[in-house]
Amino acid sequence: MPEKRIVLRNCGVIDPRDMSSYLAHDGFKGLEKALSLTPEQVIEEVKTSGLRGRGGAGFPAGMKWELTRKSPGDEKYLICNADEGEVGTFKDRYILQNDPFSLVEAIAIAGYAIGAKKGFIYLRAEYHYLRPMLANAIDQARAKGFLSHMDIEIRMGAGAYVCGEESALMESIEGKRGEVRYRPPFPPTKGLFGKPTVINNVETLMNIPAIMLNGARWFNQIGTERSKGTKVFSVAGDVPRPGVYEMVLGSKLRELVQDLAGATDIKAIQIGGATGRLIPESMLDTPLAFENLLGAGAITVFNSHRDIIDIVYRTMEFLAEESCGKCVPCRQGTEVMVETLERFMHGEGEERDVKVLQELSSTMMLTSLCGLGQAAPNPVIDSLQYFKDAYESRIKARGEVKV
Amino acid sequence: MAENTTITQSKETKDLLILLAQTQKKCGFLSEETLANLARTLDMSLSDVYGVATFYSFLSTKPLGRHVIRVCKSLPCHYKDAAVIIESLEKTLGIKTGETTPDGRFSLELTNCIGACDKAPAILINDDVHGDLTVDRIPQILQAYK
Ligand SMILES: Cc1cc2nc3c(=O)[nH]c(=O)nc-3n(C[C@H](O)[C@H](O)[C@H](O)COP(=O)(O)O)c2cc1C
Ligand code: FES
Repeated sequence: MPEKRIVLRNCGVIDPRDMSSYLAHDGFKGLEKALSLTPEQVIEEVKTSGLRGRGGAGFPAGMKWELTRKSPGDEKYLICNADEGEVGTFKDRYILQNDPFSLVEAIAIAGYAIGAKKGFIYLRAEYHYLRPMLANAIDQARAKGFLSHMDIEIRMGAGAYVCGEESALMESIEGKRGEVRYRPPFPPTKGLFGKPTVINNVETLMNIPAIMLNGARWFNQIGTERSKGTKVFSVAGDVPRPGVYEMVLGSKLRELVQDLAGATDIKAIQIGGATGRLIPESMLDTPLAFENLLGAGAITVFNSHRDIIDIVYRTMEFLAEESCGKCVPCRQGTEVMVETLERFMHGEGEERDVKVLQELSSTMMLTSLCGLGQAAPNPVIDSLQYFKDAYESRIKARGEVKV
Repeated sequence: MAENTTITQSKETKDLLILLAQTQKKCGFLSEETLANLARTLDMSLSDVYGVATFYSFLSTKPLGRHVIRVCKSLPCHYKDAAVIIESLEKTLGIKTGETTPDGRFSLELTNCIGACDKAPAILINDDVHGDLTVDRIPQILQAYK
């Protein structure tokens, strides 16, 4: 399946500083269409389109909107998640740099649909340099009257990966430590400041103007049974052409990393960043879709010179550093995993350490409070499944293999 | 209409994180005295204020240099020889990571992925990204930060 531009349709085409060039490319026509419908009809369109969240979890966007719309109360919020902290991801940065207007239009549509008078864009501190252009887009939209039904405020993060997690993010907008919340209640009933809230990833929202303009049925025909539309991928690591690529969902991983990014020497690929999957070259024909492999679209390629244990160790070190520390399985589990992997790094790993890793993995998956701790064991589990040799050869080198 | 609300948050905000970020921008770091003052103004406990100040890696409770260099150490950058960049910066500045030059000009820190992996190895100096870094380019880049 080919490359296709829906989300990135304006990137490199319009001048991201100048509203008139956006208007010349159907800018704000999606909002116009939305405003000619009732909020319920807009939500119905989004539901019919089959659009699912692009921030990692893949929750149906229309359903989230509907739940929030139907929650009682006049005060509701829309949050655009631009925290993009996953290792190896830079697609939202690329979108914000090249087409901030579509995002503003999408937020205006979403705000109208759910009944939010206020929208927030939570921008990671590392992306502070994107703020002026984004603010400019908001100001221009406001000046043209496109935001008469709501206002949009940019909120800066302050350096915390976990603040990309929706409940931690809301804590952060409220000015607190970015610690995750117990759920339920979920954001559509009780979110920001205790009010019904929709939180969507940048890329999820970017699809909205096109869906409004071309219709849900058009969108629904692209992709696979359970994965509609396209996905924007950030490809980095050992490839000659790192960058951002948008493909129809269901495309093969091989097309992305070999044909587009030009990888020739592949040992392993990390899909979805630190909490994502680590797979071998033999799985290159896996379709990129929610029903197979996806995540937020970070694709990091490792060549045959890279050491699997080193990859897993550094990934775990990241997760241990970024754990918010609220729940024990995540806070302690990631620490113990780092220590255990460190032993392998120093050639001191033993057979029983593998057992510790396995047992710890299931505990963390079952008992952690949020996606960070639940998914933190992924690189360990995958490396034990697909690259067992990396562990065994080190155990053997220590002369302790008992099999 | 309220034109610049996206740029300047309302002056009398009670949002602790915004206040901390503003104070850090003005004073360079968050001293104990600053935190105590904030706690008093917001009618919060000092430990709550301290808790927020220390949660976020871009906030600092110790003095920093005028310019903060953050070198990305995450995997894509690491495998594009980030270690060589770190070593070169340490040598050029005469400090180790985590330290500040005696003249107060630069602090050197390590950080996780800054979303510039397509330009690895990458660093942030204050708000600016410098990507596709090579050791040769470092002196020239640093010159722009007085
Ligand atoms: C540790 C962690 C980090 C996350 N980071 C991000 C992020 O940077 N950006 C993002 O959009 N979603 C992130 N998410 C997912 C959010 O919690 C949430 O599912 C998402 O913003 C919902 O938007 P969507 O439905 O449009 O995907 C993260 C989740 C976890 C557990
Ligand atoms: S890994 Fe260095 S910028 Fe992403």
